[in-house]
Amino acid sequence: MALLEVSQLDVRFALRQGEVRALRDVSFTLERGERLGIVGESGAGKSVAAFSLLNLIAKPGFIAGGTITFDGQTLNTMSERGLRKVRGNRISMIFQDPMMTLNPVLSIGEQMVECLKAHRRISTKEARAIALDKLRQVQIPSPETRLDQYPHELSGGMRQRIIIAIALLLDPDIIIADEPTTALDVTIQAEIMALLLELCEQHNVGLILITHDLGVVSQVTQRILVMYAGRVIEQGSTREIINDPQHPYTQGLINALPQMATPGERLNQIRGSMPSLSNLPSGCAFHPRCDFINRADGQPRPACTQQVPAFVESGNCRVACHMVAEMLEDRRLKEESP
Amino acid sequence: MNAQAETLSVTSTPTQNEESSDSLLQIRGLKKRFSLSGDFLDQLRFKGGKLVRHQEYVHAINGVNLDIKRGEALCVVGESGCGKSTVARTVMGLITPSEGEIHYGGERIDHLSSRQLLPYRKRMQMIFQNPYASLNPRMTIQQTLEEPLRLHHPDWNQAKILDKVGDVMRSVGIDPDWGKRFGHEFSGGQRQRIAIARALAVDPEFIVADEPISALDVSIQAQVLNLLMDAQRDRNLTYLFITHDLAVVEHFGTRVAVMYLGTVCEVATTATLFAKPRHPYTQALLSAIPRLKDDRPQHIRLTGEVPTPVNLPSGCVFHGRCPYVNDRCKREIPALQTQDDGTRVACHAVEEGRL
Repeated sequence: MALLEVSQLDVRFALRQGEVRALRDVSFTLERGERLGIVGESGAGKSVAAFSLLNLIAKPGFIAGGTITFDGQTLNTMSERGLRKVRGNRISMIFQDPMMTLNPVLSIGEQMVECLKAHRRISTKEARAIALDKLRQVQIPSPETRLDQYPHELSGGMRQRIIIAIALLLDPDIIIADEPTTALDVTIQAEIMALLLELCEQHNVGLILITHDLGVVSQVTQRILVMYAGRVIEQGSTREIINDPQHPYTQGLINALPQMATPGERLNQIRGSMPSLSNLPSGCAFHPRCDFINRADGQPRPACTQQVPAFVESGNCRVACHMVAEMLEDRRLKEESP
Repeated sequence: MNAQAETLSVTSTPTQNEESSDSLLQIRGLKKRFSLSGDFLDQLRFKGGKLVRHQEYVHAINGVNLDIKRGEALCVVGESGCGKSTVARTVMGLITPSEGEIHYGGERIDHLSSRQLLPYRKRMQMIFQNPYASLNPRMTIQQTLEEPLRLHHPDWNQAKILDKVGDVMRSVGIDPDWGKRFGHEFSGGQRQRIAIARALAVDPEFIVADEPISALDVSIQAQVLNLLMDAQRDRNLTYLFITHDLAVVEHFGTRVAVMYLGTVCEVATTATLFAKPRHPYTQALLSAIPRLKDDRPQHIRLTGEVPTPVNLPSGCVFHGRCPYVNDRCKREIPALQTQDDGTRVACHAVEEGRL
């Protein structure tokens, strides 16, 4: 059994205008030490997916169905008291903006010691020693002086290193990183990602990396989930999806990157924009933007506009697309009747 | 250190002037300092029983020389705080430079009053980063697009203005029927289209775009970038394009200027820069782009952090993080020097052949 198993997760927000379904039917697993990327554009539901793992969805949001099983425990029905033993301790989080995550009125050392003492019965002196060791691991220069500094005295890259040190403080099994380098510059981003990757491998920590940057995902993760309008539309091995995406949306997303086009030529854009979650199109949510809603013979495929596509297996990937399903079915029929 | 900077920027000026014949915009020895010390009374301190005046500055730009040729897209790249946006705003006359000159089509424009600048404002327009902040929330799209036309064409009648607004909306892919709506009713990508329409409404020849796609999603970025490229082709526009995204530069730019801490460290054609980066900072920057197809990239790890622009380092501004540093780099500010293929690099190591 996998370390983390999410099945049929359904998250809704009860708004005055009615219920908005932010996540539908999201299922995935994470093995010990595995690195999983969740990609998608803003509003696809990737952050909601990450937050719901630790039951951090704030009202009016709530988990309406599904199960989240971590190491044999069901997290979504657990009491606050029980969850507190998991949060930060066995599953820790790294957020996008390091300035918002650190407490501005506590020194770095105080924040780290506070976190350690909340979960373990140790003295302040022991806690400081552990904190110092973690700061060394994230390669912060002169860690002794940093312990007594305040967040505003440090640069953005340094703060994100501190956040990583705090995330590693209690030797967690999984780190959830929500856009950890989006607020940083390119050279700093490269350093932080390399560091995170190195530490996860060294300590055999699982990583769930949420990002919109396909380049980062392809360098760090082993498997990815591609999300669109609250659903997972494609999942599987990172290499396969990046090199040979099956779903038209994933194809569009990868082909829209400037590095995929000849310099100076037009980029391959996806037309339109992501629909609002409160007003989703019928059938496949991507069909108004999709170039493949017609069959090969030019006839429209009614399923695309009428029916939500189910997952089909294609190689090591699972894809939710009627066109791909049809293609695989054709191929199977051909093989059966030579 | 400052005295040295003065002499160097003076001696390097003659070489800059050689290639100015076909350029639309010339930036010469541009410097911009922002005071950190408040007004006169705030600057007074007691020190050793005496009242002294103490001033501190952020040195945002320190002697930038750039030429923008007609019809090209000059991209300025660099990390946050390197002064790229300050360059854009100074060019547009939104900030007055502390020193240096800006020439547009041969005329000096940096010292003009806003009334004298008016004819230039019609020829040069700006697109901002955040389309949520750059559109007036209390104006309809129609009003937003009419405003620049009324200002720059006071002789036009209503019918002509409406015609023009309709044309420009269609040209950026916005339905003219949406004119009665307000900015908040549109998505980020649509808002940026409207901001582009506003810039194109007065038929400018030069557009300054400050991170125009950074706030947008990947699939929308491609749409907006295509729109900017179409506009450049159809209207023969010249761009000054500010960005931190090197993948966009590689695709969009004719030439690239790399900035670090308020100085230009390398200027080259896009193809040359990406094929053969010379400056150690450019090399590090290029190696840091997350590429899709390579598994374990060997990026050049820079040590340390970008120094603050309040206390600039002596000599080359990059020397504290440079793997090729020597004594001369710590003492002497390198000037941009033209290489065999036309690339201009400001680096002692390149000049001495150490790199």
